[in-house]
Amino acid sequence: MTDDIEHLKKHVKLYWMVGGALFVLTLVTVGVALIPFGVVGHMVVGLSIAALKAGMVAAIFMHLNSEKKFVYITLGLAAFLFVALLGLSIFAWWEELGHALPTW
Amino acid sequence: MEIPFTVKERPDTGLYNAKVGIWLFLASEIMLFGGLFSSYVFLRLGSDNWPHMVLNIAPGLINTFVLIFSSISMVMGWVSVKMNDFRGFRIWIGLTVLCSLVFCGVKAYEYYGKFHHYGIILKDGTEITGHLVEEKETETSYFIVPDAPKRSAHAKDGKEEAPRKETVAVHDNHTPLEVAKDQVQFMSNFTPRYNTFFAIYFTLTGLHALHVIGGALVIAYFWLPGSKMYFTDRARFANRLEVVGLFWHFVDLVWIFLFPVLYLL
Repeated sequence: MTDDIEHLKKHVKLYWMVGGALFVLTLVTVGVALIPFGVVGHMVVGLSIAALKAGMVAAIFMHLNSEKKFVYITLGLAAFLFVALLGLSIFAWWEELGHALPTW
Repeated sequence: MEIPFTVKERPDTGLYNAKVGIWLFLASEIMLFGGLFSSYVFLRLGSDNWPHMVLNIAPGLINTFVLIFSSISMVMGWVSVKMNDFRGFRIWIGLTVLCSLVFCGVKAYEYYGKFHHYGIILKDGTEITGHLVEEKETETSYFIVPDAPKRSAHAKDGKEEAPRKETVAVHDNHTPLEVAKDQVQFMSNFTPRYNTFFAIYFTLTGLHALHVIGGALVIAYFWLPGSKMYFTDRARFANRLEVVGLFWHFVDLVWIFLFPVLYLL
């Protein structure tokens, strides 16, 4: 990330805009949770908004929109293992419901 | 001996040492919280009756706002150092420390409420939740001021909300209800032993709170005694702030998921 003062000033504006968006999206999350959507609807909408917010924090505040390859590889590996772990839980539940697990 | 690459970037990774270290650490943190999130999913999918909205939303919402603001103030503190503004750095990082204290205060208030909130499950399966009136307790009976009957649970099929079995109808929720001790199957305050939800709630939020405390201690160090480096090696000091800032944003990021998962869904 450049240290140029003008660039930093532009970034400051961006930080506040993202911060404002995070506040608004938090209120939207709460508002949506109070609407009777059903469990699945709440899950999908609530977690989608949370993922969007997390993406904004990661991309802008943590500067992941312009990082080095090393960082992406490290995080990619961690994310892959996390998804695999989550998949184990979901597959276990899927099988418990009486469905066959996919075969590869 | 001088440690290399504390300011300059290593040619192979393109990052200075501390940044390599913090990203490796954050990758391990993703696995830690990821494992616990997976446990949450596993427990929730396997549960016939998952409590829904049992937590008070207001403290969780306040803490979400506090952490979002602290992320902004953290990054503003780093920008201040980059722009050679020591006063700005002191103000913004001071606000970040203040936010961490507010977060911990609100969390402590929440935990205190849980420790003083009880649930009684009778032998017929009825669940009564509320506040015990300990002064009135006798050898044969408990007295509890029940909650308003708003608690519900998500049924396993996800189609409708179903209470545990039957909640006690309350017309005047300030009048203590007498519960015969020989009818009680299980009684506990809202701690991990009460049910699976509170077990995972305390595990996730407790671990997260420990991260907040740890992060706040490091930030407070850079805010006060560690800030001497601003005048001796400003570039390295900015890097230190960036690294602790990355950790702090990660703590915020974890809370962004914890809030809807535990308080709203």
